[in-house]
Amino acid sequence: MMPTLNGTLKIAYKLLVNDKGKFAALLVGITFAVFLMVMMTSMFAGILHRSSATVLNIGAKIWVMDPAVNTPLNSIPMPDYTLDFVRSIKGVRYAVPLYSGGALVKLRSGVYQSVTVLGLDDTSLYGRPQLIEGKIDDIYADNAFVVVKDAEFPKLGNPKVGTEFEINDHRGVIVGIAKVTSSGLFGVPTLYTTYNRAISYIPSTRYTDAFILVEPKNSDAVPHIKQQVAQLGYLALTKDEFIQKTSTFYKYQTGLGTNLLIMTIISFAVGLSISGQTFYTFILENLEKFGALKAIGAKGKELVFMILFQATFTSLTGYGLGIGLASLLIMIAKLRLPSYAARITYGNLGFAFIMVVIIAGVSSYIGVRKVLKIEPFDIFRG
Amino acid sequence: MATLAVKADELVKWFGENDARTFAVQGVSFEAFFGEMLYIEGPSGSGKTTLLSLISGILRPNSGSVLVEGRDIWNMTSDQIADFRLSKIGFVFQDYHLFPRLTTAENVAIPLILKKRDWNESIDRATEYLDIVGIKDRALLPPVKLSGGEQQRVAIARAIAGSPDILIFDEPTASLDGDTGRRIVEFVKQNILNENRCIIIVTHDSRIFEYADRIMKMEDGRITGIEKGAPREK
Repeated sequence: MMPTLNGTLKIAYKLLVNDKGKFAALLVGITFAVFLMVMMTSMFAGILHRSSATVLNIGAKIWVMDPAVNTPLNSIPMPDYTLDFVRSIKGVRYAVPLYSGGALVKLRSGVYQSVTVLGLDDTSLYGRPQLIEGKIDDIYADNAFVVVKDAEFPKLGNPKVGTEFEINDHRGVIVGIAKVTSSGLFGVPTLYTTYNRAISYIPSTRYTDAFILVEPKNSDAVPHIKQQVAQLGYLALTKDEFIQKTSTFYKYQTGLGTNLLIMTIISFAVGLSISGQTFYTFILENLEKFGALKAIGAKGKELVFMILFQATFTSLTGYGLGIGLASLLIMIAKLRLPSYAARITYGNLGFAFIMVVIIAGVSSYIGVRKVLKIEPFDIFRG
Repeated sequence: MATLAVKADELVKWFGENDARTFAVQGVSFEAFFGEMLYIEGPSGSGKTTLLSLISGILRPNSGSVLVEGRDIWNMTSDQIADFRLSKIGFVFQDYHLFPRLTTAENVAIPLILKKRDWNESIDRATEYLDIVGIKDRALLPPVKLSGGEQQRVAIARAIAGSPDILIFDEPTASLDGDTGRRIVEFVKQNILNENRCIIIVTHDSRIFEYADRIMKMEDGRITGIEKGAPREK
């Protein structure tokens, strides 16, 4: 990096990094701020991602639901005729029901464990997970269930193919172990079975279609399908729209988003105050030197570039350290706690970067104002 | 006949407005020539430093003009004045104003770096100037590791690094003991002053008057007299 710096910036670089105490304090401030902001937003991103786990894992292109549904976990069953209606819409290749409900299983050890049961359409098994053990056809066997091997898997006693359990006084047998894209949000293991077995094993309401999964003939048919479903009084959302609706619910209707936003703003404020104050002190201590540079012949814009460079260099270094630290901590946390819900996304990184740019901008502004104000004459006057 | 380096004409500078207006320099005119060491001497508050700032392009006068090598510096834009200071004027500040986080050589190289010279070339040239002032072996040390006299030499090396025609010294002996101060000024007169350079020194240290070619006395912002100093040793 050094050979590409011009002389003035190299002076700025040396003035900055050779003042080890101040430089360390600046880095600590920005690193800490970035670390906290990334941790907060990553936790939030992880929670949002997991809140849409069912949508991601099933993978259907269009989901039909009651308009009052906010997340895949609070479904409102729809009457049977809804499925028939959806199947009759022009542009629908096929439509299948999905059962989604909670149940309590009794393990061989006698322990009771809550589970989420997803009932797939008996004919097509549309939305079936990818198996890592067993065969999917075995799901048609008596009492057959497929268990998802995610972070919650150990809560079922690390079952193997053939492991038995009780579910609502019915016998259940594990016939396959599956892997999925995302674990659920609330720490509950997931079992897959057929739709008919699900509604016969688990006490159900009058209607049992939690969602209707739709495969459109092509993407052009989607608006028409949505419109037709809306005329019936229901809601058809694409996969991305459903994920977005779920995210919106958790962000704005649960207090989760507000709390994390407050914590993120506090992190930003802490970082800004530490960095801004330290940078200000750094500029104040070097103010006479900047004045001397001005007297010697440095132009105002050269001094501004020097300060901008110092603030940018510090901020980007702190940004990198903060991201690294957050990544390391999340990685260690996930090794220790497989269910730890945090994921660093490009959005998080971009957000933290913008915040760091603001920190650098504010710090620079303070410094630039001071340096531009200093008159070389003040250096003579002492 | 000596060539004119600086010509100040009827310079006036005041601070404050209305009733609070204080005149720091009142109608000062003088000339300084290449090859001479001109002292500006006077008590504190007499306007020496203000006058120095006016003639070096640092402080704009309220009226009057300053010609340096025939150019009216106060008709220049601020960027042009900055370039003028960089190429024509070398400053030795009273407190040196060396950068403690840079090495001695890097401090000396600053005027060259501001002139957009290559970094390594600037450091090499700076080391040569440190050799001229006799402290080449201190090139890699930070200024805080040097004695007061050595720091003064670093400041002189920095002032001459840009090969300026005019050198401005502000109270060069104020932070030094008597012997060191005299040695520094003697060194400047013998090694830095030449026929193509004019040195203007603000001081009230009478111990170094013997090295002046002329001594301009100031009081209450006016010149009260010009004395001839000691003859210059050739």
